[in-house]
Amino acid sequence: MRLIEAVREGLREEMAADPGVFLIGQDIGINGGVFRVTDGLLEEFGPGRVIDSPLAESGMVGVAIGAALNGMRPVVEIQFADFIFPAFNQLVSEAARMHYRTNGEFPVPMVIRAPYGGGVRGGLYHSQSVEAYFAHVPGLKVVVPSSPYDAKGLLKAAIRDDNPVLFFEHKLAYNTVRGEVPDGDYTVPIGEAVVRREGRNLTLISYGLSVHHCLEAAETLAAEGISCEVVDLRTVSPLDTRAFLESVRKTGRACIVHEDNLTGGVGAEVAAIIAKDAFEYLDAPVQRVAAPDVPSFPYSPTLEDALLPGPPDIVRVARELAAY
Amino acid sequence: MPASDGIEPLRGSGLDGTDAQRIYRYMLLARAISEKSWLLTRQGRVLFTMPCDGQEAADVASAYALDRGNDFIVPYARSLGAMLVKGMTTQEVMLNMFGKAADPNSGGRQMPMHWGYKKLGIISMGSSVATTIPRAAGVALASKLRKQNAVTMVYFGEGSASEGDFHEGLAFAGVHRLPVVFFCNNNGWATSVPVNLQSAEPQVAKRAQGYGFPGVTIDGLDPLTVYQAVKAAVDLARSGEGPTLVEAMTIRMMPHSSSDDHLRYRTQEELDAERKLDPLPRFRDFLISANLLNEESDQTMSDSVDQEVEDAIELADAAPSPDPDSAMDRVYAP
Repeated sequence: MRLIEAVREGLREEMAADPGVFLIGQDIGINGGVFRVTDGLLEEFGPGRVIDSPLAESGMVGVAIGAALNGMRPVVEIQFADFIFPAFNQLVSEAARMHYRTNGEFPVPMVIRAPYGGGVRGGLYHSQSVEAYFAHVPGLKVVVPSSPYDAKGLLKAAIRDDNPVLFFEHKLAYNTVRGEVPDGDYTVPIGEAVVRREGRNLTLISYGLSVHHCLEAAETLAAEGISCEVVDLRTVSPLDTRAFLESVRKTGRACIVHEDNLTGGVGAEVAAIIAKDAFEYLDAPVQRVAAPDVPSFPYSPTLEDALLPGPPDIVRVARELAAY
Repeated sequence: MPASDGIEPLRGSGLDGTDAQRIYRYMLLARAISEKSWLLTRQGRVLFTMPCDGQEAADVASAYALDRGNDFIVPYARSLGAMLVKGMTTQEVMLNMFGKAADPNSGGRQMPMHWGYKKLGIISMGSSVATTIPRAAGVALASKLRKQNAVTMVYFGEGSASEGDFHEGLAFAGVHRLPVVFFCNNNGWATSVPVNLQSAEPQVAKRAQGYGFPGVTIDGLDPLTVYQAVKAAVDLARSGEGPTLVEAMTIRMMPHSSSDDHLRYRTQEELDAERKLDPLPRFRDFLISANLLNEESDQTMSDSVDQEVEDAIELADAAPSPDPDSAMDRVYAP
């Protein structure tokens, strides 16, 4: 099953199981979403539960918060992660703080789904990774699945979670990443990382589509005698620190990989945790492979390709680490 | 003004004399709490307040038009009168003012006058104004989807009507004909910025036309007028006919907050002139003329209100503060 189908299955099953679950977003109704994630759901569940919103991200998220406070479990689709910023205030000032500021009286069970990432020639406004902005905010959870199995299981867990969860789906992964997805109900717990490949010499820590780049790089490196462990964070907030610390304590070397730009990214936080809690196990400095600090990916293929981090970048840095 | 026996509808408002007396007492109570809270900040016993003096008629009479056990309020910081009508006790208000652990609004986590009380159908507000407006549309959307037959009323000032969320919330509510009443308290001032610097069209109610539902501007200093207009809007919303924007023209007799000095941008003469419009003596005079109040019963009511506030202050002041060990609790729902 493709990743896009896994997301759709997750939505469909949760909507069928819980009448409180409804969708709101732009073009998600008759058009099925610009990526077709919600294709067929309007016909199946009707316009009361698949709501085409006005072109107003802040209002849309504000409406979802209100509905969540009155017994519903809204799932918002932001058309591209790049367009989430008008809703930043609603997410950060309101959704994230509601439970804390009401001393636990008002939880906000809400999911914000958004396609993220580059490599589709989408230019500066259809290519961004925005997870770090939200991973910084206490009260929000941030999930970035890498496989169809996780996409469905994590989405179902997110919908059932009583907290606001941001759920970022790599748009290039929608139709290129395939995997086994069992029939029927299951969830993947939020906040648990998984080891995708076991190894001895160094640990690659990643999430989302970049996990596949790490696995590809690990294959190349294995042929050179460098054994890589690949840890898929799956949730970037709250981080499963135990999982990557355990791996780094074993391998003694760590490289964090993400498509988001370098400065202030999730990699910086993971590196700081490793520096504090696995310092004595390290045989080399912690490294990061990320997009350089430019304002998102430019349109022209020659420009975008010059900046997109990929398997060759990981291989190069991993070789340096292994030789250190 | 003809005399009333206290149960006849007053001026066609749909309210009888008993309602009017209740409204008057809520107005007195809101004023007493507001004035006392101001004094407490001057004494350093309370750290912050946002006075509602001049808005009691609008806040109290609008909330009085709700089905208080069933409907929702999404408040703003000057909604004290509406909070009292919705069922928050004077003691609970004072626990909020003192930031105590037992404050039902936030357990001391938010600044005073930042309301939210689940049991009473009061949806939590923060300090980021107008975020409440799409939120109210969302509460109303859920009511519609869940067939709750509830109306949601959201309060805000005319300054908030400049925020994008105001427009986005109205647009959504209009499209879906949601059971929501947008109640704008237009006191002419967003802290120090007058309404003519908010928009070249200062009549906020006109903006409803842009979203396909009615907008009305009313005298927000007369509780009977406010009740009548809001009751009509609430009935319309409950019958499935969609939202109304009610703009109540009020006055702000006090500074924006205890941290503000309004003499930096208003003259004493202007403030003195505005004070003559105070809704409290005006409604008192009406009640006396309608034989619903006399000097003696007014004094009795006023004394009982003052005592209620004093008792609440004493209890709230003595109540335990939040445990510092709880400061990290409840960042996430379990």
